[in-house]
Amino acid sequence: MASLPVKTVVSGAGRLAAQLFPLGDAAVVVQFGESISPAIHLAIQSLNTYLAQQPFVGLRECVPAFTTLTVYYDPWLVSEQGQYLPYERVCELLQQRLLAAPAAPPTTAVTVEIPVCYGGDLGPDLEAVARHTGLTPAEVIAYHSAPKYLVHMIGFAPGFPYLGGLDARLATPRRAGPRALVPAGAVGIAGLQTGIYSLPTPGGWQLIGRTPLRLFDPAAAAPSLLHAGQHLRFVPIGEAEFKRLSV
Amino acid sequence: MSLSIIRPGLLTTVQDLGRPGYQHLGVVVSGAMDTLALRVANLLVGNNEDAAGLEITLLGPTLRFETDHLLALTGANLSPTLDGQPAPMHRPIAVRAGTVLAFGAARAGCRTYLAVAGGLAVPLVLGSRATYLRAALGGWHGRALQAGDELPVFEPTAMGRQLRQAVAPASLAASWVATRWTPGSALCPLPYAQPLIRAVRGPEYGQFAEASQRAFWREPFTITPAADRMGYRLSGPALERVTTPELLSSAVTFGTVQVPPGGQPIVLLADAQTTGGYPRLAQVITADFPALAQARPGQQLRFQEVSLAEAQALYLAQERRLWAFQKALATHVSLAYL
Repeated sequence: MASLPVKTVVSGAGRLAAQLFPLGDAAVVVQFGESISPAIHLAIQSLNTYLAQQPFVGLRECVPAFTTLTVYYDPWLVSEQGQYLPYERVCELLQQRLLAAPAAPPTTAVTVEIPVCYGGDLGPDLEAVARHTGLTPAEVIAYHSAPKYLVHMIGFAPGFPYLGGLDARLATPRRAGPRALVPAGAVGIAGLQTGIYSLPTPGGWQLIGRTPLRLFDPAAAAPSLLHAGQHLRFVPIGEAEFKRLSV
Repeated sequence: MSLSIIRPGLLTTVQDLGRPGYQHLGVVVSGAMDTLALRVANLLVGNNEDAAGLEITLLGPTLRFETDHLLALTGANLSPTLDGQPAPMHRPIAVRAGTVLAFGAARAGCRTYLAVAGGLAVPLVLGSRATYLRAALGGWHGRALQAGDELPVFEPTAMGRQLRQAVAPASLAASWVATRWTPGSALCPLPYAQPLIRAVRGPEYGQFAEASQRAFWREPFTITPAADRMGYRLSGPALERVTTPELLSSAVTFGTVQVPPGGQPIVLLADAQTTGGYPRLAQVITADFPALAQARPGQQLRFQEVSLAEAQALYLAQERRLWAFQKALATHVSLAYL
């Protein structure tokens, strides 16, 4: 039967070719490529920002990921109460915006600093990571807190960032058995990824430290500390500083 | 204006139409599993269709209305009673203060919706009153209801007051009275024994073996006990991918059928996570979310392929029916005043 109605468009956003295809009857996926790259990330951010500034009637929300921006819409409103075919209409509207979106999103120069108390009770797997990588714990901390990381996307749990930029020398597989409960704020490594648990959940990442910052607070005006497109840096702190910031 | 929970039932939560707008921050949408049923229940008591009501699962609660109310029950038939008398579904019911709502055998479907005129007055969290249990977000203290909870209710709308007067013009002689009319079967579908769930192809459909594609549309799948508001794990023929490129996490949503490496599909529901990394074989059409929401663990379901154009035509038809019903209700109320 109907194969996926894929459309290819050249976007203004970095002049990358974008493919549009449906995720069911109320969402369109805009895909900019097959692999993680800075150019694709910028194209997604550019379109996402532009759609926030120039929404169309019936646009519900946009969800950025590594290579895609998924655009949720209300077919009833998009079709102007049934006057148009909703998918055709939403693709037209997205094509217009893809062409009009600037080549790069407005730059956000601010780098978010995440204080982390490494090792000890707050980072119970620091020694295991050091053993696996052949580094000293001090080197693990130095390599982990050196880079500027990019927040590619937020997913898995409210406020949980998928980060790019981990030093490959720190790559360590997940723990053999996951923990039943990882506390919020735990900073972990899994393969070539590093991340911060935003809520207490079960998890199998190697925990090397913990931040006293709250990544997700539903009562706050900005409920998530981080969002896609930001940069962050981990700043080592001691236990006394951790306690002071936790209050 | 309030209602008191005497017994909580299996899983009773406050739900509205969900918490869209925060998925980019990883916040799941939540809201009613059967949104059509909640929307109709709200319209029947004069609420905006996105007001908060109760989602009641399989074994219903016992609760008491502490003041006079106008209520409606839609969705699954869990044998509701008011002061011990069988209560009708899918219509406005005026109740006197002190009336007790209880439930019996689960006759058909899985989830009943209770709307009360005014809507449940729990605080808005990120723009919604819906309960998301995993993050203890929204609803009544972020949790399922417990015995002793007393839920406040907003004042009814003007439409709610007029409807109540149209249902019960004088003071009530009995503890409750209902209308004879209902919105009709198109807006109040009966949950079926073996649901046929229509779906369109998902983004990774082409990565599956042809035999697996055929099996997905032909063979029945059983809903396993691992079934909750986040999703149903299904059991059936193993579904295999022929090309297995590493997938990068991307958006998933209500109705996404994803297939983990074991080959047994999971259909995601109201509490679906915002992104996932498993291949998306299919996407259930919005018009069939109610049938999916009303299926029970242990039940079989089948998937039927439709085109995107058909799916959207069915969506528009449902919205037109709701629109027409809302108009008819307003006319009915205004005629009652002639």
